[in-house]
Amino acid sequence: MNLAGWIVMILSVGFVLCLVTFCFYRVLRTPKSTEHMHAPLEIDTHDVDT
Amino acid sequence: MARNPNQPALARNGSVENWGSKIGVILAVAGSAVGLGNFLRFPGNAALYGGGVFMIPYFISMIILGIPICWVEWTMGRYGGAYGYNSAPGIFSVLWRKSYGKYFGVLALLIPVVIYMYYVYVEAWCLSYAIDYATGKMAAIAENTTPGEEIQQYKDHFVNFVGKDENGFPKGKVLIILAFVFLPNFVFIFRGLTKGIEVFCKFAMPLLIVCALIILVRVLTLGTPDPTQPENNINNALGFMWNPKPIDKDGTVWGALSNPQIWLVAAGQIFFSLSVGFGIVLNYASYLRKNDDVVLSALTASATNQFCEVCLGGLITIPVAFLFLGASQLNIDTLGTSMALGFHALPAVFSRMPAGQFFGMLWFFTLFIAAITSSLSMLQPAIAFLEEGFGLGRRASVTCLGFIVATGNLIVIYFSKDLLAHETMDFWVGTVCIFILATIQVITVGWVFGIKNARKEVQRGAELHIPNIFWFIIKYVSPLYLLTIFSCWCYNNIPVFYENITQVLPEDDRDTVLFVLAFLVGVLIFFAMLVYLAGRRWNERETWNRAKEEVGV
Repeated sequence: MNLAGWIVMILSVGFVLCLVTFCFYRVLRTPKSTEHMHAPLEIDTHDVDT
Repeated sequence: MARNPNQPALARNGSVENWGSKIGVILAVAGSAVGLGNFLRFPGNAALYGGGVFMIPYFISMIILGIPICWVEWTMGRYGGAYGYNSAPGIFSVLWRKSYGKYFGVLALLIPVVIYMYYVYVEAWCLSYAIDYATGKMAAIAENTTPGEEIQQYKDHFVNFVGKDENGFPKGKVLIILAFVFLPNFVFIFRGLTKGIEVFCKFAMPLLIVCALIILVRVLTLGTPDPTQPENNINNALGFMWNPKPIDKDGTVWGALSNPQIWLVAAGQIFFSLSVGFGIVLNYASYLRKNDDVVLSALTASATNQFCEVCLGGLITIPVAFLFLGASQLNIDTLGTSMALGFHALPAVFSRMPAGQFFGMLWFFTLFIAAITSSLSMLQPAIAFLEEGFGLGRRASVTCLGFIVATGNLIVIYFSKDLLAHETMDFWVGTVCIFILATIQVITVGWVFGIKNARKEVQRGAELHIPNIFWFIIKYVSPLYLLTIFSCWCYNNIPVFYENITQVLPEDDRDTVLFVLAFLVGVLIFFAMLVYLAGRRWNERETWNRAKEEVGV
């Protein structure tokens, strides 16, 4: 790997790691995150079996 | 039936649902985000289109298109849900306030249903390969093979496995595995996603991340696996993926950026990876309460997806392929499609790797988990539409949809020659329609609903403040970027498609493509008719509700 490759890899991986760390930090820090933060697969779809 | 928008979201048993631990939220986010594209499509695209250079249009597309359109989708969904609509046609009707508005939602029904038809088949391939690795059958394929010939052996195996050499139902066990894959899919979908999938994600997602991390550590510590080929070492392997390089042999490194194809591929990768323009998040966000956060939720889902893509997929797939196959075998044939990389090249890698049988089983099992957590969410948009458009219960909706999906799936399986049915559906629905829907969504929010309204709507309940620059991006830059990319894409690809149909393809293959196209148009028209009928039902209900209010009932 050349210098440009190292720079690209470190910047790319570093940027993504910083972003995901920031997001998880905010989720963990938010007092009521579990009450009003949701992921698509967790969302209750209120289906009625009629 | 649409629920009262003034009522908070209720669980099926009538009590307000608690979400559990914060870690549970994160795990569920991860489960939503990760799919096959993270581990196969992204690495192949990056390696083919300039390596490190690809990351420039990739991250630009993520910031200008991916994340803003994620926010747009979550916002649209939650807004429409507040008016009692969970389906895309209903949501679009609320935003456009015109009788034709609901028809923009037809694409959001078509896209996930059609993608499901071939995605679940690929899911079955992953599970089948994992089982074959566990039983030793995959390793046996490359026994007594001349070094350098393994890719061809596995390619031949794949061709027989899926029946790629001629149309017809494949003879092996793939159909049995597909039935096994359909079973958990429809059990979870039948039961409703909060009873089962949440538990599934809380175990499956950590398992996926752990499996991927084990493989990552294994790959990064391989050093020089074959001392007789010292150039195939981990440093050069990472370089093959991350060093900026020209796309064409005669081109320059930075000249690659002037090639529109790299921008098209990068934008397409972001779309597919973040599930932008699929219609799925639009539906899910509609179940949120008015003050539920959309900003941090969408950003966390996107960030988790990018972690799996860039930090795991980007550091595993291509480097391990280089370590065992070398640069000479990594070309358009092995990298050009996810199929080639995933099912031809990587088995060849595992055949040479120490403990390759174990790591092969782990790898394909990881892909299977990634695929199933994606496929489970794909049918919900259409189910929601059938429920609220026609008053059907979940079981009736799933049954109706099951017939449509099974028909499409049979078409994909039967017309297996060169995977033409699969490629045709992926081209027109998995690429063209997604571009169109994403463009419609961003124009709807930026120009129809209005940026002022969008800003107010997004920030309600938000855990993060969106920087002002993103509103300018959503209104002007994203639509312009999308329209430019889409125009270039059409200019590059539609004539090639037309030429293939009229001149290149043999008659049988041409008939297959036209048949599949006719099927897709038929499904589109069918959904449009259903939207028309549902719209009439919604209008009648609104008229009835207004009359009741006037009378004071």
